[in-house]
Amino acid sequence: MMKRDECLEVLARQVPRDQIVVAAYTAAFDWIAIRPSPFNYISSGAMGLTAPHALGFAIGLPDRRIILLDGDGSLLMNLGCLVTIAEAAPKNLIHFVCENGTYEANGAHPIPAQGKVDFAGMAESAGYAACHRYADLAAFEAGIGSVLQEDGPVFVDLKLEPGEKYPRDYGVMHGPKIRAEFAAALKAQRAGSAG
Amino acid sequence: MNDEALIAPVDAVLHGGRIIEAIKKSGVATVVTVPDRTTASGLLRPIASDPTLRHVRVCKEDEAIAIGAALSFCDQRALVLIQYTGLLDSINAVRGVAVEYGMPICMMVGLLGKEPGVAPTKSKNYGLRIVEPVLDAMEVDHCLIETDDDIARIVPAIDNAYARSRPVVMLIGRSPVAP
Repeated sequence: MMKRDECLEVLARQVPRDQIVVAAYTAAFDWIAIRPSPFNYISSGAMGLTAPHALGFAIGLPDRRIILLDGDGSLLMNLGCLVTIAEAAPKNLIHFVCENGTYEANGAHPIPAQGKVDFAGMAESAGYAACHRYADLAAFEAGIGSVLQEDGPVFVDLKLEPGEKYPRDYGVMHGPKIRAEFAAALKAQRAGSAG
Repeated sequence: MNDEALIAPVDAVLHGGRIIEAIKKSGVATVVTVPDRTTASGLLRPIASDPTLRHVRVCKEDEAIAIGAALSFCDQRALVLIQYTGLLDSINAVRGVAVEYGMPICMMVGLLGKEPGVAPTKSKNYGLRIVEPVLDAMEVDHCLIETDDDIARIVPAIDNAYARSRPVVMLIGRSPVAP
């Protein structure tokens, strides 16, 4: 089991500041504190919609790599998206699930079949190109560099427990400012690429 | 059903090919779908085989709403093609993503089982009767595409959704005839 903040810090060292990261709820709050960037997209609007948002970005921006930090509860709420993503087969999508076994933002109640669900196994069965599981920080640190280079859709199950608790500001998550900053950053980057 | 309840001739025609022309004219390049018996033959099948449209199949309708939202950030127009039951199932996604975030989610929604020519609110089917009142309560723009004459509403509806960054629902009132 890895501390979530330590795990995300390892990941953050591997991704550039302009990397698009689509993140869900608790992982999103930790991620934007660990890796602040206008290229963080954390506004999924409703549970279960983070992965479909990431798929939309992967389809719309085929030249950009899209990192998805999903939650296990969020993924369970829309499990069919594993099949949707496998069918669309975006080579540029890496789907992490932060498996803490609970609905952490909602009182830390356990997810159904806590500890028994094999998320990576389900992704593999759905047809993801590659699937990985990490429960040890050293192993994750050693492997993540090559995982990020693989053709997607790649699935990575991270066995996590809460680490340092960063601010949970739902006003930021659902407010217009963070989406406007994301849209502006994306637009500026695309204009720069075109120029 | 007496004639006074009719909003269009019972035997009027709706051509899928003309709907697809309007979709393309509006700048939509991606159609995200869950099959609906109303539109399966006359609309979805030709869309699925059209090489000029990107077709994304999803397992559940709310996925389509999220995909449409993400594509709008990429300056790409998308259309969600689903059944009204899927729309009702996706109310929370429409609420959160489309309405509260103000995203231009364009939905074309088949009214499975609606009597041809009859207003949805006058249908004998409870599920159909509540669709427009639910959309009104959610403050979502909507229009009915019942005959070929209504196809002219499609381009302005989609243009308006993107111009104002808000959702729109185009209700397909009868099965389109295949192109």
